[in-house]
Amino acid sequence: MRPLLGALALAVSATMIGLVALLVVQGAGNLTWEFLFTMPSRAGREGGILPALLSTLWLAAGAMALALPLGLGTALWLVEYAPPGRFVGAVRTLTEALAGVPSILFGLFGFALFVVRLGWGPSLLAGSATLALMLLPTIIRTSEEAVAAVPRSLREGAAALGATRWDAIRLVVLPQAAPGILTGAMLALGRAVGETAAVLLTAGTDLSIPRSPLDSGRSMAVHLYLLAGEGLSDGRAHATALALVAGVLLLNGLANWLMRRGRKA
Amino acid sequence: MQDRLARAALTATALVSAAGILLIALAVTVEGWPALPHLFGAVWSPEEGRFGVLPLLAGSVLVTLGSLAGAVPLGIGMGLFLSEVAPPQVADLVRPLLRGMAAVPSVVFGFLGLTLVVPWIRAWFGGPGLSLLAGCIVLAVMVLPTMASVAEDAFRAVDPSLREGAYALGASPGQVAWRLLLPAARGGLAAAVVLALGRALGETMAVLMVTGNAAALPRSPLDPVRTLTGNIALEMAYATGRHRQALFASGALLLLLNLAVNQLARRAAGRGGGGR
Repeated sequence: MRPLLGALALAVSATMIGLVALLVVQGAGNLTWEFLFTMPSRAGREGGILPALLSTLWLAAGAMALALPLGLGTALWLVEYAPPGRFVGAVRTLTEALAGVPSILFGLFGFALFVVRLGWGPSLLAGSATLALMLLPTIIRTSEEAVAAVPRSLREGAAALGATRWDAIRLVVLPQAAPGILTGAMLALGRAVGETAAVLLTAGTDLSIPRSPLDSGRSMAVHLYLLAGEGLSDGRAHATALALVAGVLLLNGLANWLMRRGRKA
Repeated sequence: MQDRLARAALTATALVSAAGILLIALAVTVEGWPALPHLFGAVWSPEEGRFGVLPLLAGSVLVTLGSLAGAVPLGIGMGLFLSEVAPPQVADLVRPLLRGMAAVPSVVFGFLGLTLVVPWIRAWFGGPGLSLLAGCIVLAVMVLPTMASVAEDAFRAVDPSLREGAYALGASPGQVAWRLLLPAARGGLAAAVVLALGRALGETMAVLMVTGNAAALPRSPLDPVRTLTGNIALEMAYATGRHRQALFASGALLLLLNLAVNQLARRAAGRGGGGR
């Protein structure tokens, strides 16, 4: 049994390394600074991906700016303020249920509310708001763990010195929990950068430099989907895929590094 | 004063967060309601005004089950390897690899499937290559990391004394795995399977890019299929009127399936027998 499982693990690991190696081999030739920072031409067949890069950054930053305060606030409420009882249970159940919802449903919701009802049209703002909702469960869970891990004695010490509960949170709990919160934020950011379906429905596919939050913008993930689906430019699709994977893995690596550092401290 | 303000603000954020899932449910229900009676049919053809979701539902279910047929045994094997067989140094190398794989965006899996799996199927079996089989393979690779890591947790949760007792009685590692660990961890493993099922059912891009997307019941694994999720992504951009309502209604159906699956996962995990 041992050799069988060993062989399986080897095969799975080799497949995974092989896939990444393949992306690197086929994408690295095209992935240059020039590719990242020049305008595309002929619908992405030629030129670079500057607008897609900018749209991706705006979408991710916007989603983070909305999801972090909401998620952290919810986590703080759950740990520090929530009165025990059915109400907390309900809030917890509802936010956990959100975690398993398929991304296309977030897209449908964002489309119905932000794009159509609120009249924002397919835009970076609608995309960010939709993504923010999608990231909430991740941020709530990781922040809650980080906040709950701060020792009770620190809070009691602050209270003994005359600090109000909010002072204790602001001056003692948050600084202590910061690495954990940041780890969650990095993980969430990685998801935001790679998300395609929800962004496709809410931020549109316009391949020009976004000038305002109400402009439509094509993220790198959506760009990859369109390039691959229409068979436009294989080399550029590979380079875009590689840039996307590199960005996401970098964010995840950063999250892991933060987590390990937080544990040591 | 400040403290009260903070409490009020934090309570408000919690309420907004909790409202998220309710808003999603409300949106798909309200927007899709008028089209609900039209979903019961065997033909999806918006041009003719026919919105039967049967072929889409069949596509989703077939792709999901096919991918699980690959991912479940492989994932359980990987879980066994990581918790029982691998020396810690090896496990510490394999685990980050799986974690990294789980973080790769689904559109990249779809792209890899399109450039690797689809041509391979075309070369070996003929046909266009864009098929149910391609969807199953891509999805299996995608959910494998989740499956493996939850299965590992389930095996690790088995009381070590049981294992030691079995080994002391002279059981082989194979016997321990088959007769002891699998039954003892069945709750956690069931949760892992249902979790993977939920992910597979909800996946959009990776499947959409490799399955060919014909909205018809497939006759063989080499036929193209279209899933509920892929259908929404493909048609939402230009759908209007009843067509758009039907897409929202199919989203409501997807949400119902998803919530049912997650409920099942929670039950499986809570039932013990190796669960948490």
